[in-house]
Amino acid sequence: MTYEKHIPSRRTFLSGVMSFGLLSGLAPSAGWALNEANSMALVDKVVTEINAVIASGKSEAAMIRDFERIFSRYADVSIIARSALGADSRRATNAQLRAFTTAFQGYVARKYGKRFREFIGGKIEVTGVRPVKSWHEVEATVRLRGQSPFEVLFLVSDKSGRNLFFDMMIEGVSMRLAERTEIGAMLDANNGDIDKLISAVQRAG
Amino acid sequence: MIVYLDPEPATATHVLKLSTSLKLAQTRIFRATLLSLIVASVAACSTPPADHPPGEPWDPYEKTNRKVHSFNKGVDRAILRPVANTYSGIMGDEVEDAISQFSDNLSMPGAVVNNVLQGNMKGATEDTYRFVVNTTLGLFGFIDVATDLNMPEATEADFGETLAVWGVPEGAYVERPIFGPSTQRDSFGNLVDLFLNPLDYWIRDPEEYWTAGASVSGTLTQRSRFGSTIDGVLYDSADSYAQARSLYLQNRRFEVGSTGSDAYLDPYDDPYLDLE
Repeated sequence: MTYEKHIPSRRTFLSGVMSFGLLSGLAPSAGWALNEANSMALVDKVVTEINAVIASGKSEAAMIRDFERIFSRYADVSIIARSALGADSRRATNAQLRAFTTAFQGYVARKYGKRFREFIGGKIEVTGVRPVKSWHEVEATVRLRGQSPFEVLFLVSDKSGRNLFFDMMIEGVSMRLAERTEIGAMLDANNGDIDKLISAVQRAG
Repeated sequence: MIVYLDPEPATATHVLKLSTSLKLAQTRIFRATLLSLIVASVAACSTPPADHPPGEPWDPYEKTNRKVHSFNKGVDRAILRPVANTYSGIMGDEVEDAISQFSDNLSMPGAVVNNVLQGNMKGATEDTYRFVVNTTLGLFGFIDVATDLNMPEATEADFGETLAVWGVPEGAYVERPIFGPSTQRDSFGNLVDLFLNPLDYWIRDPEEYWTAGASVSGTLTQRSRFGSTIDGVLYDSADSYAQARSLYLQNRRFEVGSTGSDAYLDPYDDPYLDLE
């Protein structure tokens, strides 16, 4: 009789997984299912909060603050920052790394937050997920007024101990790689001095 | 002349024979042309030496490229940006969209040819349907009916991509005057594409000026519509040359579908080394 108790619940779980698989356009596979669902849920939260910011009609400064909060909560800022600094993060002290990460977070929020005005009237929607190497790639469709929709990919990993996104890609362009080029150029402009780079990043964006 | 002197009227078989032999000749010429194209393009594309760090762009002409880049920035600042903003200010968004769609539609037959050359028959068929639907129902392509009907997206196949499919290496990064970022493979591809669109052999003046005009209009629309993005890259980044190069190469590799993009290296494996 214990079977009867268990079978329905397992069936419910499986049908949930199946319908999720159908929704995401992928064949359901038990190993990935939970993680895919988690990754998608994470990006869903990001996208819902971003949509709310876009719709809020707040001032630019307020939008930037909101975006920084979303970015710091759902993105693995420290891995993105270290990745942007590249091999030079090896010679940085822990204090420098911390200062750089904080500066970088504000810089990203200003740089990308400024662009949110262009999104007014638009909407972002999570449309799919697929496993890639050790992470999940969650696809979202961005619909802006008077423009054909385009896809944004969020790369989600749990290697930090939590599910966080560590990159965003549009049409093959990775934000992390673009920032690596930018931070590299700023470091060159400051003759490789990491402290000077940190104050430049604090002002930039 | 021969046809007139022939006592017997030309039958269907005659015509068929003639066209078959013509086709054969064309195929032979076509094959020879293709082969020489591949040889020429492989020769035109330099490859990085073995000790070149992976993930770093192959840019042996950086010095010249940077000069061209500052020239291009000057042209953008003095001409392209102000003209584009004025133009978009005068034209309504709908009119601009229609002109861009007209121009995009005219490029479709060229994309079909490239799909065939790539062996992508599905893409060739889809692009053909899209072209037929937009040219007829979409009134010469001014209205993008195909997208409204949820038809498959245009492949936008070009000869640079065809060369990539054929295994020609990307070659060095080059920034061309006016036309901007490219690679050796894609510059060569652009050149070939000028001759690859069947429509170009069919459209004569004055219509060909319209098509050129539509393409210029499309460029102006894009410059104005993505204004702040382009301004950001050109005028706000620490090194606009390096930023434009990075964005171009990433986007182009994505379009061409080449695997092993640097973004797919796992940053958690070694966050310091993944991009070197």
